[in-house]
Amino acid sequence: MATISFPLIIEYVFSARFFDAALTTLLISLSALFWGMMIGLLVAMLQEARWRSLRWVAMGYLWLFRGTPVLFQLIFAFNVLPSFGLVLSGFTCATLALALNEGAYMAEIMRSGIRAVGSGQRLAARALGMQDWQVMRWVVLPQALRIIIPPIGNQFIGMLKLSALVSVIAVDELLLVANQTASSNFRYLEALSAAGIYYLLMTTLLMIGQFYLEWALHRRRRGPAIQPVDIILGATADAGRIR
Amino acid sequence: MSALLDVVGVYKRFGALDVLRGVNLTAHRGECLVVLGASGSGKSTLLRCINLLEPISSGSIAFKGETITGSPTNAHRANANRANANRANANRIRQQIGMVFQSFELFQHLSAVENVVLAPVRVKGEAPQEARAYARHLLAKVHLPDKADALPDELSGGQQQRVAIARALAMRPELLLYDEPTSALDPETVGEVLQVMQELSDEGMTSIVVTHEMGFARRAADRVVFMEHGQIAHSASAADFFGAAVPERVARFLGGIET
Repeated sequence: MATISFPLIIEYVFSARFFDAALTTLLISLSALFWGMMIGLLVAMLQEARWRSLRWVAMGYLWLFRGTPVLFQLIFAFNVLPSFGLVLSGFTCATLALALNEGAYMAEIMRSGIRAVGSGQRLAARALGMQDWQVMRWVVLPQALRIIIPPIGNQFIGMLKLSALVSVIAVDELLLVANQTASSNFRYLEALSAAGIYYLLMTTLLMIGQFYLEWALHRRRRGPAIQPVDIILGATADAGRIR
Repeated sequence: MSALLDVVGVYKRFGALDVLRGVNLTAHRGECLVVLGASGSGKSTLLRCINLLEPISSGSIAFKGETITGSPTNAHRANANRANANRANANRIRQQIGMVFQSFELFQHLSAVENVVLAPVRVKGEAPQEARAYARHLLAKVHLPDKADALPDELSGGQQQRVAIARALAMRPELLLYDEPTSALDPETVGEVLQVMQELSDEGMTSIVVTHEMGFARRAADRVVFMEHGQIAHSASAADFFGAAVPERVARFLGGIET
């Protein structure tokens, strides 16, 4: 019969090792999300490009990264790239693989946002003498942003959880650290509870942040009020999906 | 009066469909031209061609004596430089030709005054303070002095369309194109938009108005043009158009609208 030691959980939570691990998890998620957004925006624009060859490039990328598991992509980047002379740190590998994977999903979000801005809006902007990039920058993207913020928040929360996969390529993030800590004294319950507390803390903060961001945007647009529960439900409905 | 706009023999094909079939149209400075015709007769397409939003298939359009679009024999084969030059040219022309759309198309994320200042600041590089002051002047001109900070959502259709007119005016255009500006409006707000359009015309703004508002055509138009099957079927001064003998098909169209 296992007994639970609360003092040990608290000790783990406040230990530098767990704190650093949580920081690593957060950093990997943030950078993967950032680069994923950049890639997604680029791919979304390629998909809308005038030239067919560019659209094919985007298609190929989506096909590749949506058609294989992200765990496969991680292990591939970590184990295959060095044999081509490309030796990256675990952290870089993790960011690279997660960002490339994320980009394939972000592209769809970005595209839906861009598409949601009606063609009449672009026409009106062009009629005022704007160039294509000005139409994008001043008319389409600001409106698309309001549409894509909720799904991007969900992606961030999903990414935080997805980053646990990185433990398989020896990056000292939360799950690996918790697992290693426990393997020395077999206090799995306490070590994993400490990691779980960190995960919940971070996802909760993100949900709150997401709520305020949406609230601020809606207040400006004076749309219907949204409830925190909508956001939490919306976030959990989609973020746990398996890739 | 000198010709501000000269449309000569313009054809526009969409695939196998000839939307414009040799349109000739001249607009003089200060003139208000009303274009009538059944839907599908090519009126809106004509406006878009004039504003270079649609490339023409053949013919030519001159604005202020300069040919702004001709009929390059191999337009689709034009090299990248040529295409870029065309695009820059189109942007320059569009800054001088304002357009008002049936569905207003105010930028939804911007307030009324921000809608008006966006293009002058970002496209023309005007100083924001001055652009803003001019925008407020224009909003007063369209009788919306106290709606500067309202978002499009908070305005009625008629108010939105008047903001859209102010937005077009902010680029100080020499020609204003109206594409069925009141067709999407509730009847009670049509009048306020037509009134603004007439006031602008009375001040000397050159305008081409595609509309079904016969009352406006009677009151404000200098000339009325009737389009049918992609051609100008009849063109006359407003007095003649509604007074003297008109071709039978025009009479039938007018009868259909007014009864």
